[in-house]
Amino acid sequence: MTARAQFDADIDAALADAPLQRALADVPAGFVAGRRRAREELPEFEPLRRVGRDIRDHALAHLDLYLEAFEGNATKAGSRVHWAASGDDACRIVLDICRAAGARTITKSKSMVSEEIELRERLQDAEFDVVETDLGEYLVQIRNEKPSHIIAPAIHMRAEDVANVFRRQHGHLAADRQLDTPEKMIAEARGILRDKFLAADVGITGANFLVAETGSAIIVTNEGNADLTMSLPKVHVILTSIDKVVPTFNDAWPLLRLLARSATGQAFTAYTTIVTGPRQPTDPDGPEQCHIVLLDNGRTELLASEMRSVLRCIRCGACMNHCPVYCSIGGHAYNSVYPGPIGAALSPALAGAGQAAHLAEASTFCGRCEQVCPVEIPLVSVMRQWRSLALEQPRSRRARLMLHAWARLAQHPRIYRWCAGIAARSLKWLAGSGARIRRLPFLHAWTDYRDLAAPQGGTFQQQWAQRDRKRAQRDRADVSAARARKSDSAP
Amino acid sequence: MGGRFGVLSTNQCHPVISMTEVFARRPRVGLFVTCLVDLMRPSVGFAAVRLLEAAGCEVVVPEGQTCCGQPAYNGGDAENARKIAMLTMRAFDGFDYVVAPSGSCAAMLKVHYPRLLADDKQHASAARAFAERVHELCAFLIDVCGLEQVPGSFAGRVTYHDGCSGLRELKVREQPRRLLAIVPGLELCEMSDTDACCGFGGLFAMKFPAISNAMVTKKCANAASAKPDLLLSGEMGCLLNVAGKLSRQGAEIECRHIAEVLAGEMTAPAIACSNDGQRR
Repeated sequence: MTARAQFDADIDAALADAPLQRALADVPAGFVAGRRRAREELPEFEPLRRVGRDIRDHALAHLDLYLEAFEGNATKAGSRVHWAASGDDACRIVLDICRAAGARTITKSKSMVSEEIELRERLQDAEFDVVETDLGEYLVQIRNEKPSHIIAPAIHMRAEDVANVFRRQHGHLAADRQLDTPEKMIAEARGILRDKFLAADVGITGANFLVAETGSAIIVTNEGNADLTMSLPKVHVILTSIDKVVPTFNDAWPLLRLLARSATGQAFTAYTTIVTGPRQPTDPDGPEQCHIVLLDNGRTELLASEMRSVLRCIRCGACMNHCPVYCSIGGHAYNSVYPGPIGAALSPALAGAGQAAHLAEASTFCGRCEQVCPVEIPLVSVMRQWRSLALEQPRSRRARLMLHAWARLAQHPRIYRWCAGIAARSLKWLAGSGARIRRLPFLHAWTDYRDLAAPQGGTFQQQWAQRDRKRAQRDRADVSAARARKSDSAP
Repeated sequence: MGGRFGVLSTNQCHPVISMTEVFARRPRVGLFVTCLVDLMRPSVGFAAVRLLEAAGCEVVVPEGQTCCGQPAYNGGDAENARKIAMLTMRAFDGFDYVVAPSGSCAAMLKVHYPRLLADDKQHASAARAFAERVHELCAFLIDVCGLEQVPGSFAGRVTYHDGCSGLRELKVREQPRRLLAIVPGLELCEMSDTDACCGFGGLFAMKFPAISNAMVTKKCANAASAKPDLLLSGEMGCLLNVAGKLSRQGAEIECRHIAEVLAGEMTAPAIACSNDGQRR
C-alpha cells in the first residue's frame, strides 16, 4: 500500500472511531481555550511571538557557532557531547552508554526526538527494561501504541481506556481495586513509576532548549518525572536535536514564556529544570555521568533549504490543537512522529519527501496554525513548497498533467470563457429542473457527502456581455432617434 | 449616493468629500468576478456591480480575466500560477481599483502575486503596485468607499461565515459585519467558532472528502445552533460547500453570498434552493 493509500484508510478508521472522536471534541475547550486565556492575560503576547521568531532565526543562522560553543561549555561543565548524524547513530550511542553503565532498568521522560528515532524500541530489543515516566507516554507504551500528540501523547484515550489498560498491565494489584477517578489512576501510576525511578541505572530525557553560553539543557515538564529520571540514576543521557540551541539564558526565557502559554495555556510549566553537567564535587547528589546526544537526522539539509523556518519550532503543539484537520482525525492517522501542520512541514525533511509528502496535501490552508505559532513559522507556505516538490515527482504525473491542462486553459481567456459556458450549461442540464445535483459520478468525492448546487445557467461573463450589447443597442437607438428628431426639426 | 471618494490615486479615504469631485471623476473599478461566481452564481457578480455602482464607482468587467490561479499555486505549480498572475495583472491594468467578491481570490491577487513575482526584477514592483489596488468587496465598500447605506433589506436572522483567506490574510472581519449592521431589518446572530474552516479548501474537498465532510458537518451544526434564517459568506467556495451539506441534511437554513443581501438582488433562489425556496 502506498503511503497515501494507507493515509486514506487511517483517515476513514479515525473518523469512524467514536471514542477517538469524543476525545478530540475536548481539544477546543481544553488547549484552545487555555491558550486564548493565556494570550489575553499577557498584553505583550503578539510582540513576544516576534521576539521568539527572531531569537530562533538568529540561533539557526549561526547554528554552527552556537553548537560549537555549546559543546565547549558543556564539556567544561563535565558533560560528554556526542554527535549523531542519523537516528541509527543516536540509538547506537545511547545503547553503548547503557551497556557501559551495566544498566538493566532505564527510565525515560518524554522526548519527541526519541520517538523520531524509535529509541525505546531499540533499547527493548537489546533486552533493557525501559519505562516511560511521563504518564501519557507510559499509557502509550503499555498499550503498545505511538503518541498521538507531541505534548499530550495519550490525548486519544479516555478515562475508561486508562482503567482498562491499568487492570491488564498491573496484574499484581488487587483485582477489585477502584479505578473510577483520575486521582486513583494517577496514584496507581505514581506507585508503579516510583519503584522504577529508584531502580533505574540510566535516565534518559530530552531537552527543550540548549544554552550555548553555559552548556546547559533546559527541560520542562508538568509532572516532575524528568527531574526524577535525571537525578536518581548514576547516568543521565540527554537526547535532543541540534536545532534546540539558543545563545544565552536571556534568549531562552521569552521562548519558555511562549512555550507554556501556547501549549497548555499555563503561564509557566510546573517544572522547569536547568541541567549543567553531572554531579559536581560540592553537590550533595546527582548523576555521575551526563551525556548529551545531539541528533541531526536531516536537519542540516533542512537548514540549508528554503524551508529553514520549520526549525524554529519549539514543539508546543498549538498548530495541531488549532488545526481542523488534526481535530477531525487525531494524530495517529498521520502515521508520522510529528502530526498536524508541523508534522506536514517537518516530517518530509526527516523521513524523505517520498515518505511524508502526502501530509502537506491534508490541509485546507486555512492558516489557523500560522496564526497561533509562537515563533511564526509560515506553515502554509512550507506545506505549499512540499506540494511543489511532490508535484515534480514521477508519481505525480497524472496530477501534473491535469493541473497543467487547466493552467493552460486559464491562460487563454477566450477559450476559458467558452469552456466555462459549456460547463455551466452542462451542469445546469444535469440538474434538470432541480436546484441541486445529488449524485455525479465524476464528482463523487463531492456528491458522496453533499449536494452540488446547480449553476444558475450561463456564466456571468456571458450575461454581462449580453447586457453590454443591449446597452450599446439602446445607446445606438437613442442616438439615431435623436438624430432623426434633429433632422425632422431642421428647416 | 453612498459613495465618498477622496484622493483617487491612493487607497486613503479622504475625510472631507466634495460631491463635485465624486461626479467629476468616478473611480473606475475592475471587477474580478472569480471563477466560481462566473460559473455557478452570476447573480453575485451583478449584486457586486450594483453595490459598487451604489458606492459611486464605474464598474468594468475586463474580458481578459479567468481565474486567480489558486488551484495552480496551492497545488504546487508556482510557474503556471505566475503566468496566470501576469495575465490577470495585464487584464486589470489601468483601473483605479480591482475588487473581487471573494476573500481568497482577493488575497491571491493582493498577498500572493507579489510573493510569486518577488524575484522577477521586471515585474516585482508592478505586482506590488497592483496589489495595492486590490480589495475584497466588503472591505472596499467600508474602507475605501465609506458606504453608509445599502440598497438591500432583509427581515430575519442572519449568521455570517468568515472565509479563512479573507479573515486571516486580509483581516476582513469587521467590514462585512458593519455592512450587515446597516441592512434594514437584519439581525446578525453569530455562530460559535466563526473562524473555523468549513472544510472546502479548494481541491482539498475533492482530495480528502471524508475529512472535509467532518469539518463541514461541524460548521453546519454551529450554524444551526445560531438559529438563522439565512447563512451568508463572502466566499463562494465555502457557500457551495456549506449549502451543499445543509441541502443534503435537509436543513432549512438558506445560503447566499453577502453581496446579494446587501444589493437587494434576492430574486434568484438561494444556493441549492429552487424558486419556491424548497430544496429538491
